[in-house]
Amino acid sequence: MRNLIAVPVIILAVILQSAVMSSIKLLSGYADLPLVMLAAWALQDEVDTAWHWAIATGALVGFVSGISVTVPLVSYVIVVALAQVFQRRVWQAPLLAMFSVTFLGTIVLYAISLMVLQLSGIPLPITEVLGSLVLPGILLNLILAIPVYAVMRDLARWVYPLPEVE
Amino acid sequence: MRNLFSRTVQTTIVFLVVGGIMALALGGYFSSSSNIFTSSLITVQAWFSSRFVALQDSLTAPRDITSLRQRNSELESEVAELQAQVIQLQQEVGETQILAALVDFSRANPENQYKAAAVIGRDPSPFLQYVIINRGSNDGILRGMPVVTDQGLAGRVDAVIADAARVQLITDPAANVNIRLQNAEEEASLVGSVTGDLTLELIPQDTNLERGDLVLTSGLGGGYPPDLIVGQVVGWRDFDLFKEATVQPVVDFNRLKIVLIIVNFKPVDIAPLEPAP
Repeated sequence: MRNLIAVPVIILAVILQSAVMSSIKLLSGYADLPLVMLAAWALQDEVDTAWHWAIATGALVGFVSGISVTVPLVSYVIVVALAQVFQRRVWQAPLLAMFSVTFLGTIVLYAISLMVLQLSGIPLPITEVLGSLVLPGILLNLILAIPVYAVMRDLARWVYPLPEVE
Repeated sequence: MRNLFSRTVQTTIVFLVVGGIMALALGGYFSSSSNIFTSSLITVQAWFSSRFVALQDSLTAPRDITSLRQRNSELESEVAELQAQVIQLQQEVGETQILAALVDFSRANPENQYKAAAVIGRDPSPFLQYVIINRGSNDGILRGMPVVTDQGLAGRVDAVIADAARVQLITDPAANVNIRLQNAEEEASLVGSVTGDLTLELIPQDTNLERGDLVLTSGLGGGYPPDLIVGQVVGWRDFDLFKEATVQPVVDFNRLKIVLIIVNFKPVDIAPLEPAP
């Protein structure tokens, strides 16, 4: 039953992404709130439903966006996979893990987007995309990582409360 | 007789003494002693006065602070309410101005039927230039319908659900609009980019381009109605076979709030007629 918290949180993240985050631009890039949210959620120790969140978020973003649904779906699943790997390896420094997953996840998302759009026949000059879109996007995602991690940690503790020690 | 004399002498002595004292005082001989006296008086009076004021303050101040605080909070809430009203009115004025401009545009182009829609979101992917509007199939919106603002062409409807639609802006990298240059009487192809810049491609080499040339839709291809304003030429580059021009769009796509959908335009899909590569 507590997994149902995913529904409002994911919907809220996608709405905020479409209505707010996509208007806060640095050059032509903007932050990807669903990606950062997923990374933060998957890095929480108690959470075991991150895969479901990734698929649901990817499907919803794919529905709203004009880009192929496979792009967010595959990218977000990879982000969760990255988070699981980092959670095991750098568990003592959660913020470092958060930054690493956000950085790599953003690169994965942009690489897959670029590849799919190029295959669709849309010409995208790589240097222009890198300078005005990818680098600003990475920077904004890293800035967003800290507050989102704090919010998702609190949410995880609320959804999965620690057992009381007697 | 003796009593009368002694009284007269006493009175005279008193007058003399008083007069002498006054004369000495006026002459400044008592200044040091009078200063000590008056200063001690002033000190005593100041002490009493300060104690009285302190007592008065302690008795009356709490009531004043309470009433002042209450009044302050009332005024603060009133200011907050008025500020909210000002913001709301400013928004309404802004929306009214936009709607008035859109009404002017629809009056100037009576051949089209329009439906107004508010922009409620943008594409989550930064690679694409799409917006989401709050009108869908329930309002008669169909895929392919052109979308304009009071300034000119904005894009066309790409996907529709019941109460919302996704609009592909002309700045999208996948967008392609057939246009004509008003002054040069030449046709070309307008494409967008990830950064939102518009480029005119396939302009014949002998075309005489000038800065400020108006770019209008040509209507070729059946995707858009003809003669919608797109932008102005701001620069160009020469290549071997063609010229490539940069276009400044007339629509400010970063501040797109309300748009008009041309609902009586039926786009023609010529894809089946295009030769396979």
